[in-house]
Amino acid sequence: MAKYLLLKHYRGAPAAVNDVPMAQWTPEEISAHVQYMRDFADRLEKTGEFVDSQALAPEGTFVRYDGEGRPPVTDGPFAETKDLIAGWMVIDVDSYERAVELAGELSAAPGAGGKPIHEWLELRPFLGGHEHCTVTE
Amino acid sequence: MNEVLLRSLTPSVLAVLVRRGADFAAAEDAVQDALVEAVRVWPADPPRDAKGWLVTVAWRRFLDATRADVARRRREDRLDEEPTPGPAPAVDDTLQLYFLCAHPSLTPSSAVALTLRAVGGLTTRQIARAYLVPEATMAQRISRAKRTVSGVRFDQPGDVATVLRVLYLVFNEGYAGDVDLAAEAIRLTRQLAAAIDHPEVAGLLALMLLHQARRAARTAPDGGLVPLAEQDRGRWDTESIAEGVEILQAALARDRLGEFQAQAAIAALHADAPTSEETDWVQIVEWYDELARLTDSPVVRLNRAVAVGEADGPRAGLAALSALNDSLPRYAAVAAYLHERDGDLATAARLYAEAAQKAPNLAERDHLTRQAARLNSRRCR
Repeated sequence: MAKYLLLKHYRGAPAAVNDVPMAQWTPEEISAHVQYMRDFADRLEKTGEFVDSQALAPEGTFVRYDGEGRPPVTDGPFAETKDLIAGWMVIDVDSYERAVELAGELSAAPGAGGKPIHEWLELRPFLGGHEHCTVTE
Repeated sequence: MNEVLLRSLTPSVLAVLVRRGADFAAAEDAVQDALVEAVRVWPADPPRDAKGWLVTVAWRRFLDATRADVARRRREDRLDEEPTPGPAPAVDDTLQLYFLCAHPSLTPSSAVALTLRAVGGLTTRQIARAYLVPEATMAQRISRAKRTVSGVRFDQPGDVATVLRVLYLVFNEGYAGDVDLAAEAIRLTRQLAAAIDHPEVAGLLALMLLHQARRAARTAPDGGLVPLAEQDRGRWDTESIAEGVEILQAALARDRLGEFQAQAAIAALHADAPTSEETDWVQIVEWYDELARLTDSPVVRLNRAVAVGEADGPRAGLAALSALNDSLPRYAAVAAYLHERDGDLATAARLYAEAAQKAPNLAERDHLTRQAARLNSRRCR
């Protein structure tokens, strides 16, 4: 078993095939999209592969340590060119092939015109926390 | 009350219910209920016959659940339709459960989860925590697994090799959550070894014991990896080593070699060396040759290259390595080590850094990064 992160980007990923901003969809299309995501997560829970799913607000700030007593330094709002993560889903699957298959399905979520968005999702493996048994270490 | 002792009764209690005609999925749920009840009731009121108590409670739970089910579906009492249990089982009941839970129709993760619950008696919550997934996900994984094997006849002989693969997977998960999966894997393999006389079962048990014996020495106080050569051998568990060696010798004497016995033999040679320098690398290379013959695994040949490097010098190790595909996991780490031994520190440092990028877990990545840093800072001075 291995865990994978499916990352959805507001910006920074290559353009989707059906690349229409959500605000220009019809309300029904938005509902259909949300329902698809929900059904997808439910289905993964039933197959025993779901771990977590979260969405992120588009705005945020950068924070860093800048010496004792001084406020953190921020540069928000982000510049328009910056890569921006919209949310993620974490899955726990038996193989990389299965992870790719699921990412493909998620990318087919319906968008404008009820057609699949074909958006690019980023698939990242987790580093395992456990050790592997190797005889000659 | 000893929880492990209680859990050790799980497979035999479950088997009794199945033999009485309960279907596997419902029986398994009933046994889980009985275990929970035992944890609640026994501290104040311990039974004289623990197994008898569990069978009685589990059977009652099963009947209640079945009746409710039947009533809901407005069906005839299906208990009357259940075939009467057949003649006495030819194969041990506990063994049958191992076969069922490791059935080839299950994915590895499903087989692992089902084995831990139905044979190991762990709760869904404990298994979920150990594998860092939500409890609901693990519950679904287990019930799907139960549905998958529901049509499998309980008296079919299974394949020991599939069971061993599942137990080995559990062992390699190590320690996570509140369950020590390595210790649980050893317990389940020990129980399996008691149920079936098979040299590879003994081989796996020996391998686990020998590997587990080094566990305390393998991790530094800061959580970092300590490689074999640098481990404080005084911290190895000599009792566990002695038991592993004894089990292995008895298995090898049967002259039915398999991959787990060969791996255990290598682990035993490491355990047997008072210092890293005194390791019998020539014999280890021979065992890797056996292992390569048995498994034809590139990972084995990679490990063999390390052993060749120790037995015949780093140049020989690098020559053995050059025959392998450099996309293998840990290839760069092995190459880095051999180049360092050969005195080429610049190449070694570069390869350690490359290996760190490809490491499959944090402990290894940190370890390899430290190796690169160590060589880089030495070269700059």
